[in-house]
Amino acid sequence: MESTKSLLRIVTTGSVDDGKSTLMGRLLYETRSIFEDQFESIRKTSQRRGQSEVDLSLLLDGLAAEREQAITIDVAYRYFETSERKFILADCPGHVQYTRNMVTGASNADCAIVLIDARNGMVTQSRRHAFILSLLQIRHIIVVINKMDLMDYSQSVFDHIKDDYLDFSEKLEIPDLTFIPVSALNGDNVTRLSSEMPWYSGPTLLQHLESIRVQSEHNRVDFRFPVQCVIRPNLDFRGFAGRIASGTIRPGEEIAVLPSGRTSIVKTIETYDGPLQEAFAPQSILITLEDEIDVSRGCMIVRRKNLPHVGHRLEATICWMDDIPLQPGKPYLLKHTTNTVKAFVSEIVYRFDVDTLHRKPASTLELNDIGKVEIQTTLPIFFDPYKLNPSTGSFILIDQLTNKTIGAGLIRGETTTLEDVTSNENSSQRKSPNILPAKLNIPMETRETRNGHRAAVLWFTGLSGSGKSTLGRALETALYERGCQTMLLDGDQLRQGLCGDLGFSIADRSENIRRAGEVAKLFYTSGHITICTFISPIAKDRDFVRSLFPSDGFHEFYVNCPLDVCIQRDPNQLYQNALIGNIKDFTGIASVYEPPAKPEMDLRTDVDKMDIQIENLLNYLESHFIIKS
Amino acid sequence: MTYNLSYLRNLESESIHILREVAAEFQHPVMLYSVGKDSSVLVRLALKAFYPGKPPFPLMHVDTGYKFPEMYTFRDAFCKSIDIRLIIERNEPWIAKGCHPLKDGVDSCCSRLKTGALLDAIRKHNFNAAIGGARREEEKSRAKERVFSIRDAHGQWDPKNQRPELWSLYNTCLSEGESVRVFPLSNWTELDIWQYIKLESIPVVPIYFAKERKVIRRNGILIPIYAGATLDDQVSEDETELISCRFRSLGCIPCTGAVESKATTIDDIIEEVAAARKSERENRIIDLTGDASMEQKKKEGYF
Repeated sequence: MESTKSLLRIVTTGSVDDGKSTLMGRLLYETRSIFEDQFESIRKTSQRRGQSEVDLSLLLDGLAAEREQAITIDVAYRYFETSERKFILADCPGHVQYTRNMVTGASNADCAIVLIDARNGMVTQSRRHAFILSLLQIRHIIVVINKMDLMDYSQSVFDHIKDDYLDFSEKLEIPDLTFIPVSALNGDNVTRLSSEMPWYSGPTLLQHLESIRVQSEHNRVDFRFPVQCVIRPNLDFRGFAGRIASGTIRPGEEIAVLPSGRTSIVKTIETYDGPLQEAFAPQSILITLEDEIDVSRGCMIVRRKNLPHVGHRLEATICWMDDIPLQPGKPYLLKHTTNTVKAFVSEIVYRFDVDTLHRKPASTLELNDIGKVEIQTTLPIFFDPYKLNPSTGSFILIDQLTNKTIGAGLIRGETTTLEDVTSNENSSQRKSPNILPAKLNIPMETRETRNGHRAAVLWFTGLSGSGKSTLGRALETALYERGCQTMLLDGDQLRQGLCGDLGFSIADRSENIRRAGEVAKLFYTSGHITICTFISPIAKDRDFVRSLFPSDGFHEFYVNCPLDVCIQRDPNQLYQNALIGNIKDFTGIASVYEPPAKPEMDLRTDVDKMDIQIENLLNYLESHFIIKS
Repeated sequence: MTYNLSYLRNLESESIHILREVAAEFQHPVMLYSVGKDSSVLVRLALKAFYPGKPPFPLMHVDTGYKFPEMYTFRDAFCKSIDIRLIIERNEPWIAKGCHPLKDGVDSCCSRLKTGALLDAIRKHNFNAAIGGARREEEKSRAKERVFSIRDAHGQWDPKNQRPELWSLYNTCLSEGESVRVFPLSNWTELDIWQYIKLESIPVVPIYFAKERKVIRRNGILIPIYAGATLDDQVSEDETELISCRFRSLGCIPCTGAVESKATTIDDIIEEVAAARKSERENRIIDLTGDASMEQKKKEGYF
């Protein structure tokens, strides 16, 4: 019969000399998790050192360096079990310089044991530990007040420390906080109730560890499946392997694949032990889909109607773990789920003073510092806030030169600015922090005066074959002949150079338009009438470009032509190829085009002749004071 | 439906995730196969991770020539049954010279036939990721080992300079010349291994089970009489005893003692391990040569 014992992952923290190793040694010893030969070896060592009792802390300090320095310098993992449960214990050092180890140990924990020396009460380290644990969303914290034997097992000592802790923790989010008075040295309230503290009516430490409920706390709502690899034993089978990060899934459910946005239905859930009718986090499974769509490592499979955030700009809390301080603007690697992208910290919003919880301005984060930052990634990632979903809300930063893991990040959400919350437009789209750089060397107005016309971005959107390029070219020629400073940006031209690394997925198209918008902004700033001809099928993407300019700087023209006319024209045989399936994701055929709701002008290229169109456009520019009549 | 995973299925899922990360992130991975129970479990997990395909890496046995005959028989049959390529590597020059722990010392024999052979093999095949079955619970210096543990160009481990390992986000970036040892069974205990072997009906080498064996006692350790166990093979009859015993962990004949036991089934073994008052490696001479002997070997490149 299969055992149904559950697993509890514990992290232990405490200051130096709180007696943490002794407590852990006691816990292991009394749950019979220490073997005679191991015990014998430390008994001999204790004897050699002239200690009267067996020093249980020697069991835990595994590395030779630690035994020499009598301190714990790295996270050590211990295992024990009772008839109720199996426990994995990450034993973390208490030294101030090892905050990074504590974050490491806590990153996988369900619950934490925080040790406080009854003689000293709350110290700086206790506050630091409480803060880090609440940051990492450790829901169950057990405050073990140790060395009660040295304080005559006094209830008032215990109550005093408990009150202090409760006062401090009010500022933190800790849903389940328990206090237990113990003497690790004598074993009081560790695995057996103490006769020395009749005033204490709670459970022993072990009893409490056995009773904590954690299974129900996993995120069962948001299905997130980061694809680790594609399993393809033969040409007829394609399965996507991964570990469910959160939520549940069944065959027959409708899913979407990010970043492409393609949708399909779960065909089967396969495992070595047979197909499953339902799977849930944290199971490792293999999914097959009804449709042949492009899925590879780094993609995320989600429910069609329950999507994570997709974005480039994140707000995150970072714990810095490297001797070399964080360098804003420097490219790092960011690993998130099964995705690794380049990223840089664009701004350090503040640094926490973890002792007072005050926020302080900072220009960098040093080893063991924790701060709030804004991060930009070169490719979008699919995430949830850490609070809602730790497995899709966490990331690590890697130095590209040394390959070291230098930071741990908890995503708070997308970067938001004042404009995002005050304007209704584009609130879901990433935002440029400011419309134009504050100080240009040569002001735009100066350039405009010399040019004799105003700068503007004229954005032509429409289906392939609708006549955008033809119109754009004719308009540019007309303006040039009038002596205007012009520039023509064309979709194909950008895709050959600047955007050569992008494909045609939703995310890539979105990035293509973002870059086009940024390039247009440069020409705009230098006084040009910038004509942009891009299919730009997604309204949100065009709205983003609009948000880069003042309201009189950006003009959207809908090049409106029915699909069948476009197909008939088909200047480059693209439709022909798309219709027989040679081109995937072709706008109008397999991929959606969202017409502008309120374009500045609606240009019917199937109705009006070219010269009339140009005349209308020039009239529009004159009436908007962009060019002189 | 209750969404609870038992702890064994939890460990299984974690290990499968690790194995898939290796396959996805490294060009030349290999799984080290030592023929023991942990290797048997590791192979089963690899079959699961890539089902219905095959694991995208070969197995490699670093053979000292001193393994028990039952181990060789089992290895060949087992690897044939799972149909995965097995590479066998040996340090032939030293085996030819008759390197033996009782003659050359345990440490130098190990360093030549195991560590040396392993590093040579990794270099020869250009592997950059070697998956092993070591568990943190086994030995005190292993308690601080990472799941993805970096080795420098000489295969050495620097315990003071390990990368922090957070959530299940493994940093798999390597610099020129570096390689990584990966331990998917990090969080498993000896008891978990046996319970999983039972749950999954995984085959193991028969000498894990108790049987009456002819042994001699050396420093309290039971040494079964096998060819190669002693240097001269001349053991006087009055030294030997007939004892019901089994092997708790498997290594080389001269360095692996048996433990007294009546456990002839997996259930017996589980019961015995659960009640054990001595650690799994008590009978391994390799660990007993100094207080920090395992840490030293690991620094040099031993698994």
